Amino acid sequence: MKECYVARSRSVAARQLGEEMVIMSAADSTLFNLNPVATLIWKAADGQTPLTRIVEEQICPEFEVEEGEALRDAEQFVRELAAHGILLLAEFPIAETNAESDRKL
Amino acid sequence: MSLMGQVNRKALGLGVPLSVHLDVTYRCNERCEHCYLEHDGKDELTTEEIRSFLRQFAEAGTFFLTISGGEPLLRRDCFEIIENARELEFNVKLKTNAVLVREKDARRLREAGVEQIQVSVYSHKAEIHDRITKLPGSFSRTLKGIRLMRAAGLKVTLANVLMRSNAGDYAGVQELATETGAQYTLDPTITPMLNGDSSILGMRLPSEELRTVSRDERLVGNVGEFCAPPAADDDDIREGIPCSAGHTSCYVSPLGEVYPCVQFPLACGNLRRQSFAEIWAESEQLREVRGIRAKHLATCSSCAHLGTCTRCPGLAFMEGNIRGPSSADCEKSFVRTGVVTAGMMAGDGLSVRDAERMELVQIRA
Repeated sequence: MKECYVARSRSVAARQLGEEMVIMSAADSTLFNLNPVATLIWKAADGQTPLTRIVEEQICPEFEVEEGEALRDAEQFVRELAAHGILLLAEFPIAETNAESDRKL
Repeated sequence: MSLMGQVNRKALGLGVPLSVHLDVTYRCNERCEHCYLEHDGKDELTTEEIRSFLRQFAEAGTFFLTISGGEPLLRRDCFEIIENARELEFNVKLKTNAVLVREKDARRLREAGVEQIQVSVYSHKAEIHDRITKLPGSFSRTLKGIRLMRAAGLKVTLANVLMRSNAGDYAGVQELATETGAQYTLDPTITPMLNGDSSILGMRLPSEELRTVSRDERLVGNVGEFCAPPAADDDDIREGIPCSAGHTSCYVSPLGEVYPCVQFPLACGNLRRQSFAEIWAESEQLREVRGIRAKHLATCSSCAHLGTCTRCPGLAFMEGNIRGPSSADCEKSFVRTGVVTAGMMAGDGLSVRDAERMELVQIRA
């Protein structure tokens, strides 16, 4: 996979509940409950940070997993959420108009 | 357990107010005959106050936000409030009569990412709907608003409050929902006015008609299942909470007052004087509500319906006992199953004699 940038979609509702993130897709009202690893990726998905760096700097130190395995899992996770319109994926940094970098809650 | 059920259980465990119902105004362009509000716009929250409170709700973990009124679109800043709520990533539901919705408004709501719009429709007949709302032409304007919102791609639910004056029209409203591509929900609950006036309760659907409604498969699906006698309760039910009000949800009035629910007028604090976090964590009233388990209910704890009743603690509170039965829910449980409730035997609400008259129970001398 080429470099992958991820950004949160503007059309979802999302809130952190404990260590997990609850997300609802506006397109089909599907509810998602992300585990702590997925929540970390979600929160880091600012459209500017490549997925490799998110995994290297945030996932691996926090969860003590091997980087190659963690990256494969992360790639699968972001593709699944992108298929539901929850995340946006691109090979280049994603402009702020499409991303959620200003949302901190 | 469904994912939604798991989320609710987690919120309950964490003490998170997962759902907030915010009335942004009590003003309204309709004067519905059964409405529990006085339509006074005095001392309404300002835009800046609402923006501050929304941020506090988000920080407290609120995910579901219902924006309602009165008619919320009477506020000139209503779209600004909705858009701010979406920026804070709430799942937003808007309750409106849709009278004021124009094409550009429908588009703006869609672009904001509002999850669902609930519109009150009382009848498929203009004359009956308009007679209830007391606003001539309201039916055609509401229907136009619904069509515009559907055309914009919004999810719309027609909310059909059922009472004496429109008892025969629910099938027509249901067909209207199908025709417009909207969802349909029916509610036979008429609540006393927030000022304590209970005269509007006379508009409630008579028991005989409520019984007919509860046996209509177009509304309830499997009638045998819906009307089945209640199963025996167990420890989980007795230790359970009667309702989410005050546990994972609350209501905020246009004056900033916090209540457990829109139907539960137990004042718990005011956001103009205290933070939301402080009220949610420290209100004595909310603590009292949270301390009530099904086993603590004065009459209901010995009722056969304990595990399946939709008992509303707010209606019970308005009847005078926060731990007592809600007679409207006693009636619903009874007409649905034919099994007399403990509240009825204690003399609250529908009497056993009423039940006999309806030939639902046989009383032998």
